[in-house]
Amino acid sequence: MSVNVSVNEPAVKAAAENAAGANTENKEWRPRIVAFCCNWCSYAGADLAGSSRLSYPADVKIIRVPCSCRVNPMFILKAFERGADGVILCGCHPGDCHYSTGNYYTRRRMALLFSMLDYIGVERGRTRVEWVSAAEGARFSAVMNDFVAKITELGENVKVGDLRCKK
Amino acid sequence: MQRLGVFVCWCGSNIAATVDVDRVVAEAKVQPGVVFAQDYQYMCSEAGQNIIKDAIKQYGLNGIVVCSCSPRMHEATFRKAAEAAGLNPYMVEIANIREHCSWIHKDKEAGTEKACVLMRAAVAKVLLNTPLKAGESKVVKRALVIGGGIAGIQTALDIADAGFPVDIVEKNATIGGRMAQLDKTFPTLDCSSCILTPKMVEAKTNENIRLITYAEVEEVSGFVGSFKAKIRKKARFVKEDVCTGCGVCMSKCPSKKGLNEFNMGLNNRPAIYIPFAQAIPNVAVIDKTQCIKLNTGKCGLCEKVCTAGAIDYTQQDEFIEEEYGAIVMATGFRPIDASKFDEYSYSTCKDVVTSLELERIMNAAGPTGGVLLRPSDGKHPHSIVFVQCVGSRDVSGRGKPYCSKICCMYTAKHAMLIRDKYPDVEVHVFYIDVRTPGKNFDEFYRRAAEQYDVDYIKGQVGKVWEEDGHLVVRGVDLIANEQIVLNTDMVVLATAIEPDPTARKVANMLTASIDTNDFITEAHPKLRPVESPTAGIFLSGVCQGPKDIPETVSQAGAAASKVIGLLSKNKLTTNPCVAHSDELLCNGCSCCEKVCPYGAISYDTHLINDHGVKETRRVALVNEALCQGCGACTVVCPSGAMDLKGFSNKQIMAEVEAICL
Ligand SMILES: Cc1cc2nc3c(=O)[nH]c(=O)nc-3n(C[C@H](O)[C@H](O)[C@H](O)COP(=O)(O)OP(=O)(O)OC[C@H]3O[C@@H](n4cnc5c(N)ncnc54)[C@H](O)[C@@H]3O)c2cc1C
Ligand code: SF4
Ligand code: SF4
Ligand code: FES
Repeated sequence: MSVNVSVNEPAVKAAAENAAGANTENKEWRPRIVAFCCNWCSYAGADLAGSSRLSYPADVKIIRVPCSCRVNPMFILKAFERGADGVILCGCHPGDCHYSTGNYYTRRRMALLFSMLDYIGVERGRTRVEWVSAAEGARFSAVMNDFVAKITELGENVKVGDLRCKK
Repeated sequence: MQRLGVFVCWCGSNIAATVDVDRVVAEAKVQPGVVFAQDYQYMCSEAGQNIIKDAIKQYGLNGIVVCSCSPRMHEATFRKAAEAAGLNPYMVEIANIREHCSWIHKDKEAGTEKACVLMRAAVAKVLLNTPLKAGESKVVKRALVIGGGIAGIQTALDIADAGFPVDIVEKNATIGGRMAQLDKTFPTLDCSSCILTPKMVEAKTNENIRLITYAEVEEVSGFVGSFKAKIRKKARFVKEDVCTGCGVCMSKCPSKKGLNEFNMGLNNRPAIYIPFAQAIPNVAVIDKTQCIKLNTGKCGLCEKVCTAGAIDYTQQDEFIEEEYGAIVMATGFRPIDASKFDEYSYSTCKDVVTSLELERIMNAAGPTGGVLLRPSDGKHPHSIVFVQCVGSRDVSGRGKPYCSKICCMYTAKHAMLIRDKYPDVEVHVFYIDVRTPGKNFDEFYRRAAEQYDVDYIKGQVGKVWEEDGHLVVRGVDLIANEQIVLNTDMVVLATAIEPDPTARKVANMLTASIDTNDFITEAHPKLRPVESPTAGIFLSGVCQGPKDIPETVSQAGAAASKVIGLLSKNKLTTNPCVAHSDELLCNGCSCCEKVCPYGAISYDTHLINDHGVKETRRVALVNEALCQGCGACTVVCPSGAMDLKGFSNKQIMAEVEAICL
């Protein structure tokens, strides 16, 4: 257990550098994957995957949004610009959206966005919309395993990543 | 300047076994804005919460991140702790490093790295959090029920019993709805009036209930807790408080050509009438299309014979304006027009009737006094053919795609009642499927088929026509795989039911969602079946979907309990994570209004000071009491004016960036 010390203390700085160092020393390439999950179904589904210990690769990082329809295409563009290798958007099954109609907007909006992204070089396989209910922990884990496998196959996303964003 | 604190929980060994918490703490300390970071075995425990509270006070933290279990688990706990230490509860973010991390990643290195990323994202988000305050709005302790069928009556009675005043607005001259027209009811075969009329009387006498009959709601504004409604009470030309319901006027009225709606037009009624003997209120009404006095100025007989002096030919429509905390829709249904299916010759043969017409023919108070007689010649029929699914489960577009749910059961009821009363009458039933899920329903149907010898034929009827004073029915028997032709005296069509034609208008007025079949949509098909997605609007009875009486009554009670729950509150606290539009950016395009499922967005012209340039512009306004915070509007806004508090564009972007670092 660490003690309360102010950030400026050299010991802490060193420890932090160490920690950061461990990150960059990575030999093997791992994909960066952003998963947007709606609060009512998919985020809960991810929680259930967790409490059922149904593993999927640590490359998936989840961002909680109230509804799948809250995901602005800009967020996805930003992710790719910043070097994400895959973006997946999860919501309630059609007809089950907590706000009734949100996922219908998502479905239509993302169909457009993904084909546009494909056109500019982000392969269709790097983007995905999936419906995962709060009861589908197993499905959440299966979807993520599959998505990570597909992204790993596609390799690093080099097309739209903004090189200036990389150190 | 931001002063953030990060708290990393071990969750016993749940987190600490696969995440190196020390490294997360160390990494946290170098994040921008973070001035304090600490780990502890159980952050949610009292001791853990005290660490948080003390740190907030001691370091003057203005935002915290707790790296722990799912926010669905303990976000509320940590928000409360923060609030107790004087920090706005919405300045708390949770990094889910248990369900989304330690529990699924066995490799400690990978788990720790991910935990650091999740912490970083939460820190990036909380840097952009703003203190939010849950709003409050008032609750008017009065409910409005639209529709006075069994659904509306039951809902109103339950609300009134809990002590809240409730108004029933019924468009007809009496309450009772369709159930009042039925003869006996399945599956118990008790008489419909005998169980309904006591409830109607109760609704009339209950001091918390006000009946506003012969009236329709014209306008509704406001939102949950404080709706305002304008109700048009149509002129009856009879003073409601004076009429004694003696009925002398009816016997004297010379204009007797009006179709008796209550008897489904099977006979006529005078221009001044009481819909049926047990009508509530038991007050006459003048049909202004039929009244000679109102049309030509002559006659005036009823005024002369009315000893109570209740007639008033000059009566005008009246308007009632009232405030309500909650509104229940109970607008019910009607059978579809059977003449759309004229292969059954409904519009040309008098002896082809609908099931609801048969209910009236079988009813002791109906046009034949309850004796089963052929409408064409008043003779006793010797054979009757029932046709089920007329217009139900019809995907051709002529009928309805759904199952009307009640027809299998009421057809079995009709068949059984006829065989019981007139054993000499042959009864055939054409069906596609017999659907009888329900308590004692299948037993009921089997009784009809087995005990009462009703001839059930699986197959459809292709044509019905008249020949030599009787009807000919040509159909197919799918089990024997042959065409059959039956001579019969009467044909009864189990016509599909559809929502009342006013349902869409009412739903639009209430901004309640409605489906393509005009049934009102529930907030959640499984978990919130009696609420509309629009807060404060509730659903009762067949307006939500086909139902029999037992189901209608249970739903009516459920809707009432939701209303009571709402009216019991003195104030409503509103979710502060709502949409907000920046009036400097908004161009008033209306994109956001169209996608909002709750009708939370309206427009107003504001005087805008756009960098020194003053102009009046139409801008979007979000009603915080209605907005549920889905965020749909934020994405469609072309000018980036609309944003969601607590999940703002900047906050989510910051999370994305932190994850992709
Ligand atoms: C032929 C037939 C036989 C049946 N037999 C049985 C049976 O044996 N057993 C059984 O359990 N069920 C039976 N049912 C079903 C039963 O009739 C319904 O379940 C029940 O009537 C539903 O009640 P409700 O209040 O939802 O609708 P309704 O009875 O239709 O009542 C709705 C009321 O709202 C009013 N209204 C509509 N729009 C407005 C508006 N805009 N403003 C104000 N008021 C409005 C209407 O005038 C009406 O009074 C039968 C149905 C039919 C058609
Ligand atoms: S966030 Fe959702 S509920 Fe709120 S105003 Fe926008 S669309 Fe309507
Ligand atoms: S979509 Fe945006 S610009 Fe258009 S009205 Fe709504 S807030 Fe204003
Ligand atoms: S709340 Fe899950 S998709 Fe809308």
